[in-house]
This record gives sequence, C-alpha cells and structure tokens, in this order.
Amino acid sequence: MNMDHTTVTSGVTQTDKRRRRTTELMIAAAGILLSLLLIVVGRTYGDYFYVASYVVLQFVLLATAWNVLGGYSGYVNFGSAGFFAVGCYTTILLGKLFDAPLAVCVPAAGIVAGLIGLGTGYLSLRLRGVFFSIATLALAVMLQTLIVNWSYVGGARGVYVLRPDTSGPFDSYVQLLAIVMCLMATAAVIVAVVVERSWIGFGLAALRDDETAAEAAGVPSLRLKLIATTLSGFLMGVAGAPFPYYITYVDPASAFSLAIAINTIAMPLIGGTATWWGPVVGALLLGITQQVLTVTISSAANLLIVGVLLVIFVAVAPNGIVGLVRKFRESRR
Amino acid sequence: MSKNDFTINRREALAGIATAALTAGSIVPASAQTQQPIRIGMGMAMTGGLAALGKSALLGMQIWKDDLNARGGLLGRKVEFVTYDDQSSPAVVPGIYSKLIDIDKVDLVVSGYATNQIAAAMPTIMQKKRLFMTLFGLAANDQFKYDRYFQMQPNGPDARMEFSRGYIETAMAMNPKPKTIALVGADAEFPNIALDGARENAKKAGLKIVYDKMYPPNTIDFGTIVRSIKATEAELVFVASYPPDSAGMVRAAREVGLKSRMFGGGMIGLQSAALKTQLGPLLNGVVGYDLYVPEPTLKFPGIEEFLKKYQAEAAKQGVDPLGFYIAPFAYAEMQVLEQAIVAVGSLDEAKLAQHIHKASFDTVAGTIKFQERGEWAEPRVLLVQYQGVTGNDVEQFKQTGRQVILHPPKYKSGDIKAPFGD
Amino acid sequence: MYVTWDLMANAIVAGILLGGFYAAVAVGVTIAFGMLDIVNIAHPAVMMIGAFLAYLALNTFGIDPMITMVILAGVGLAIGPFLYRGYHALIEKRGDESLQGLAFFFGILFIVEIGLVMTFGVDYRALELSYLSKTFELGAVSIPARMLIPFVVAMIMCGLCYAYLFYTFTGRTILAVAQDVEAVRLIGADPQRSKSVAFSIAIATGLVAGVLLILIQPVEPSIGREFIGRAFAVCVLGGIASITGTVTAAMILGVAETLTASLIGPSWSPAISFGLLLLTLAFRPSGIFGR
Repeated sequence: MNMDHTTVTSGVTQTDKRRRRTTELMIAAAGILLSLLLIVVGRTYGDYFYVASYVVLQFVLLATAWNVLGGYSGYVNFGSAGFFAVGCYTTILLGKLFDAPLAVCVPAAGIVAGLIGLGTGYLSLRLRGVFFSIATLALAVMLQTLIVNWSYVGGARGVYVLRPDTSGPFDSYVQLLAIVMCLMATAAVIVAVVVERSWIGFGLAALRDDETAAEAAGVPSLRLKLIATTLSGFLMGVAGAPFPYYITYVDPASAFSLAIAINTIAMPLIGGTATWWGPVVGALLLGITQQVLTVTISSAANLLIVGVLLVIFVAVAPNGIVGLVRKFRESRR
Repeated sequence: MSKNDFTINRREALAGIATAALTAGSIVPASAQTQQPIRIGMGMAMTGGLAALGKSALLGMQIWKDDLNARGGLLGRKVEFVTYDDQSSPAVVPGIYSKLIDIDKVDLVVSGYATNQIAAAMPTIMQKKRLFMTLFGLAANDQFKYDRYFQMQPNGPDARMEFSRGYIETAMAMNPKPKTIALVGADAEFPNIALDGARENAKKAGLKIVYDKMYPPNTIDFGTIVRSIKATEAELVFVASYPPDSAGMVRAAREVGLKSRMFGGGMIGLQSAALKTQLGPLLNGVVGYDLYVPEPTLKFPGIEEFLKKYQAEAAKQGVDPLGFYIAPFAYAEMQVLEQAIVAVGSLDEAKLAQHIHKASFDTVAGTIKFQERGEWAEPRVLLVQYQGVTGNDVEQFKQTGRQVILHPPKYKSGDIKAPFGD
Repeated sequence: MYVTWDLMANAIVAGILLGGFYAAVAVGVTIAFGMLDIVNIAHPAVMMIGAFLAYLALNTFGIDPMITMVILAGVGLAIGPFLYRGYHALIEKRGDESLQGLAFFFGILFIVEIGLVMTFGVDYRALELSYLSKTFELGAVSIPARMLIPFVVAMIMCGLCYAYLFYTFTGRTILAVAQDVEAVRLIGADPQRSKSVAFSIAIATGLVAGVLLILIQPVEPSIGREFIGRAFAVCVLGGIASITGTVTAAMILGVAETLTASLIGPSWSPAISFGLLLLTLAFRPSGIFGR
C-alpha cells in the first residue's frame, strides 16, 4: 500500500539533491515557456484564452498549496476557500486603504493567509484526522461571518474592484493576470518539489504514516506541521490575491465559494497526493475539463461530471493518476 | 529525468487539447455575408440559485426571437442566440463573455440575470467596447460609468431609494400617521441596499426606527426575529429578503401573530408563481415591491399577447408559469435592441449606444427612456398589496384585483387594506 | 433594547425546538461518523432526497408527510445494508484512508444534488398542509406547529435510536464496534453486520430529517450543504459517539443561535455556533460531555 514512501527514512542523499535541482530547473523552464506560449497563443485566440488559463492555473496553484499540507502530512484542510478569500480580501483592503498595486497585494495576502495557516498549525497540536478537517471548516465559516459583518470591505453587500489601466508590455489586464498566475503557479510547484524532497517532506511523510511513532523517533512534529500549514496557507492566500481584479465584483459568496473548496480537494485526490505532479495533473485535467464543459455541454451535467470523476477515481484509483502511472510502469518492468 | 520529460510532454499535450477544444467549439465566420444570421450571445443562469429567473428571462427572449424571425428578421437577417449556462456563478462569467466575443465572434452581447453576473462581465465588455444590454443589475454601472451600458430593471437613477419609496409614501398617507418602523432583512447584497434606502426614506419621513437588524442567509427560525420585532410594537415593518426567507418571514409573521399596520416591502420571490402559490392566503395584506402585475392600469401594448405565448410555453418547459417578474423586461430589452438597430440601420455599436441614449422605446414593459448611466430615466417600481387570495391556485394571480397597485399614484389600482394583522 | 422576559422565554423555547431538528440531522452523523468512523458528509444529500420524496409523495400521491416519513425510515433501513456493502467494497476494506472516504462522499453529495436539480429543478419546494400553519399559545410563549412537529418526531427518533443501541443485542454490538472491533469478534458477533445495521439506521434518520426540513421551510437541492457544518458541529460538541450528548449539544446550539438572534442580532449567530465548535475543538476535543 505505502509503496510510495519506502524511501521516506533514507534521508537526503547527494543524488536526491541533484535530482531535485534538475526538477526545479525543468519546472521553472516549463513555467516560463508556458508564459511565453500564453502570450503567443493568446494573440491568436484573444482574451478568452487568458481567462481560461487564469482559472486553470489558479487551480494548479490551489491544488499544489493544498497538497503541501494535505498530501504530504495527511492533514486535510476543508477550509481552503477561507484562505483563498483571506487573500482576496487582503487585496481589497489594501486597495481601499493605500491603493496598493497587485505586486504589493500578492505577498501581503500570502502573509496574512500564512499567519492564519500558522494558527491552524497550532490547532493540529490537539486535533488529528477528521477533527482537524472539521476545525478548518469551522474556521472558514468564522472568517466568512467576520467578512459579512465587516462593511469596510463591502460586507455582505459585496464590493466593486475596478481594474487599473493596462500598463507596460501587456495587451490587456487579463493577459497580465494570466501571466502573473502562471508564474505564481510555477513558483508554487517548485516550492512543493523543494518541500517534498527535503527533510521537511520526509518528516511530514513520517508523520502521515504514523505520527506517534515519528515523534518517538525524534521527528520534530510541531515544527514540521507549522511549516506545512503556514506554507500551504501562504500559497492559498497568494492564489486569492488577484481574484478581485479577475471578477471585479466580490461578495462573500463568490470569495468563499464552494466550487473552490471542492476543486481544491478533488484535484489533488484525482491527480494523486503523494508527489508534486499529482495535484498539477489533477488540476490541469479537471480544470480544463470544466472550462471546456462550461462552453460545450453548458448544463448541470457539468458539475455532475466532477462528482462522478471524483467517486470513480477514489473507488478505482485511490492513489490518483500518479498511482495509475506507477502501476503501469511497474507492470512493464 | 524521464519522469520530468514525461510531465512536460503531458503539460504541453494538455495545452494542445485545450487549444483544440477551444477552436472546435467555435464557428468561424466566413466572409460575412448579409444572409448570415445576426448572433446575439449571453451567459444565463440555467442551473443554481438564479436559474428560476434566468430560465424565465431566456424564455422571454426566445419568444422575441421567434416573433422577430417570423416577421422576417432584422435588417433582412435572421436572429440567433448563443447561450451558455453561467451556473449562477460569477466566476465563470468572464470566461463566457471572452469566448462569446473572441471565439464565437457574436454580433451583439446581452447580460445574464443579476448584478454579480453583470459586474463580472463588465471589464471584458468595456475593454472590447461592446454595447451591453443588461437585465436586473442593481446599480451595477455606478462604479464603471460605462456609456454603452443599459439596464432593464425599472429602478431609475437612484435604485437604493426606490424599493422603499412606495412603501413609506403609502404609509405616511395613512390616517393617523404612523410613527415607528422596524427594518429587517437578509445579510446579502439586495436586502442591504434596499434597507439602506429604507433607512433614509424613513428618516426623511420622520419615522422612528425601533428595530434595525440583519439575519444571515439560510436562517431557519424566523419566529425569533419576528417576535423581537413584535416586542418593539413597531407600526410599520419593512422586510428586505430573498426567496426562501421571504416565505419564512411571511409564515413567521402569521405564526407569531404580528399586528403591525403594514408588513413587507422589499421581498424578492413573492413575484414568482412558486412562492405565491406556496403562501396562498397567508399573503393577504402583505405589501411588496413588484415590477408588473395584471392590473388595468398597466396595459402596455403587446404585453397580454406576450404573456399568453409565455404562459403556454412556460407550462411545457417547467419555468415560472406566470412570467410577470423578469420575462416582460427580457422581451422589452430585445425590443429596445431591435428598434435601435432598425433606426440606425446597422450593427455599429457606437451608433446604437448613442441612439439608445437619445431615443425612447415603446415596449411590452411600457415606454422606456434611459439616462446617462443607462438606468431608466423614470423609475417604475410598484408597491402592490395582496388582497382576496383564496387557496393555493395559481390561476387567481392572473386576475386583476389580487395584486393591487398602491404606488406610484400614476398606476394606482386600489386602496390599501390595513392593518396587516387582521 | 426591548429585551423582555417574554422575548427571552420565546427565544429559549424556539431554540429548543430548533435544537430538536438539529438533533434529528446530527443523530445520523453521530452514528455513522462517531460510531462507525464513516465520514459521511453526504448525509445532508440523504436529507434532500427525503425532503423531495416527501414533496413528491404529497403532491403526486397525496400521501401525508407523517406517513411518508415512516415509509422512508423503512426504506432507509432496507436499502442501507446495500449502500454499506458498496461503501465497504469500494473504500472501507482498503484500510485506513479516511481521506478517500471523505472524497468519495464529497462526490456522492454532488451527484445527488445535481441529480435532484435535473429531476426537480432549482425552485424552492414546500409542503402545503393546514395543520402546519397552526400556532399554539402557552401563556406568553407561542409554539408554531411547523417547529413543534419536527421537534416531537426528532425526539421520538433519537429515543428509538437510543433504546435500540442500549437495549438490544445488535445495538450493543454496534456500541462495542465503536470501541473495539476485535472485541466484538471475540464475543461471537459479526462486526460487519453491526456496522451495516448501524449505517442503515443513519440513512433512515437522514431521510426522516429531510422530511422534517421540508415541513419547516421551503427546500431546494443545494440547501443541504448548509447542514454539513452544523451536523458535524453538533456531533463533535456532543462527544462524537453519544446520542444523549448529540441531543443536548443540538439544544445548546439551537438556544445559542436564537438567543444571539434576539439579543445581539441575527447576523452573528453562525459565528456563535462555529465559534463554540472551534473553542471546543481547541480545548476539549472530546466534546463538552466527553470523558
């Protein structure tokens, strides 16, 4: 069953390090290539391509962020939409207070969401398994109630966020958003690789397999969990930061959206949670499918397909696409 | 190494698939011959919370399209719709409108139902400088100030105040004059705005606000809220709510035995057949804003034929069988577009926008003139009171005298029955 | 402020009635999640099925919801074992992956919701029954039948569950399964069978709770989601695997919500219930009544 983690305790060797560096370079190159591709293809297909790419890449970022905690340590965050919304509202607040540009809002959103992540990390001291998940769900509801009652950032009524004029080399603001999201998603995937292949990842995997035993063996469980929750929160906040400019009108219902909560969990599960590329594949697959279905089938069946895919994958391929690929390779060996 | 190669290949492959899928769905306009149909694109809520009204609106538009094509079309061309389901979710709206404009290359775009959807489409529309006819956006253009935006809900230039204006004016005309008012509503977009306006209208009228609270969406127990209001002995109770809580508030008011002189005001949902039939006689005495009711004072040319067609078709499709709320305005929206295109003689959107700003339009929803932000120059939000409702039959709501217009005076069709509690 | 004793008394009574309904929703979660470790977040979807079947029964066949709920309880008990077998074969027998179970039920929740949307549409549906709009006056306190009937049914249902679990052999094996599966095997009972029975009870209570919901308020397919948080909150507050704890916690939550609504303002009541949950989780993870 836990074939994926047999190397867990072997530590970080020289080859591992070299392998990691190569992977990082490859991902960075792929990300930059994809950004260029976006620009080139976008010229032909117009803004629709940017809008669709933005949404899909946002899910790549969210799924990767979720997986840093959920996949590597086994602590399931149900409140992803809460972290996403915190990022989103940080942008709104900074915009209202200082007219802050996106370049300031993104890191700020990450920091605020990261701090909340740190808080949930302390929760994990006492809460394991499903209880942790329920606590994160409760946290998201609390955050939503807070926002609903905070009229400065729009409250329940929502708030309009006007896009700044397009500047610099960009044709349109959507293009800028898509490329920003592409770079952020690339960075997040690199972070995931670094975490996965460093002592943090090995430690987290040990916690996932048996927390008590890992603690007994001297794994610094609290420190590891705090790193994972903070990092995961940070990345989710970052994902939410450009959202107000994408949607232009934000109300609590669209920031704390169920679609975000569901997709953020479903995508890594369908892709596979054990490695960094599971959530990426899951997000691309599910994200693109949803984009295509929205403009083709265009009915309730659209969401039905997400549900059915999720059930099928969980039932038939519990380790996601990653698991399927591994099985396929092993059978060839 | 090999794993990495694989991933990148996969990523490129997926991008390729996406690109292919995007192009496959589109129809490439060949050398634009005049015989090609005029294509009008929109995203519309066909699933999710807004779908009930979204479908009703779409049906209204389709009836216009069929009427028009039967008459020979527009500028000698047939009209076609390109519609996508926005799933009641604003997040998919930017994608839909970019696709409509960039890939489908539709000739004109109109909005889907409700404010969030309209706002989410605005940046795309504005960047492409398209004409945008919108349906039921609550002051959505106040921030954007886009000059090719036209909105069909008859809220007028100061939407906030209109949902309570009729209520307060009718109340202040009662003898003796009421002194106290309770304000209550759901904590969400529309109720917030409506209550804001009610607060101001009440203050202007010299009413004392004795209760002013919001409840969260998805509240189950309204009895507690109504009881708190009852304890304040407010003479007037103004409620701003969404469909499920509109029903909840009316029921709770009956159960608690609320005895205020007026009850209701800004309740969304009472306009649809679903809630009218569910509540039946519980509605008697309730007042609410409305946009169209079959009263003799609102006989606009064509409205009756339209409703006849609508009601016949609605029964088949399972959408709102009355079609008073949004459908006439959806039809009227397309009439405005049609009349403008005929007058301008082309699909030039700059000229169309200019023309719509200047001209006035005779539609099934009355004569419409737009002001500079694209709202109706003259607001026409009605205040109606339910009277003589018996049983839960839907047919009675098609008769006159069930939803009596109290305000504005121009369309008044009956007198208020007060107090509410009797 | 107009806080009078009448108002307080009414708020508390309304809270208890509301709490009764919450108990009906949460008891199924307590059994499935608390006792069997099945993270059935699709429980609210089961409720929605119950609610729409009650609607269908009344409007197509003229069957009163009071009868429908008894029939549905029977149906739930009858099909429950098959559902459990399916879940066991697909997920449970693979072992400790509770995350997989979670995702599985997440998917089911969605499928049921969309299924209902495609069959019944997205309109709000309600039941029209004259006896629901009656109100009883008890001194200054008024009790609407719309809330009283669900409360009574919920109490009977929770009572039956309690009696079954504590006074029958199978019931006790279910309680034992919650503690220690191996021990159950040792006394010669089949833990699989106990779990299957318990899961069926959970499904049956979910269907009945759905009928109660449509008695209380109009229902549309996606409304079920609202109850995921509350149901699990009640279950955890009550100490996860305790029926009496669940009922008490549901009442506390109900009263907390109605009191907040009358004293502070309704818009803060969700924060109260979930704040209570977070505090409990942080300081007493075994629940208010936990050992």
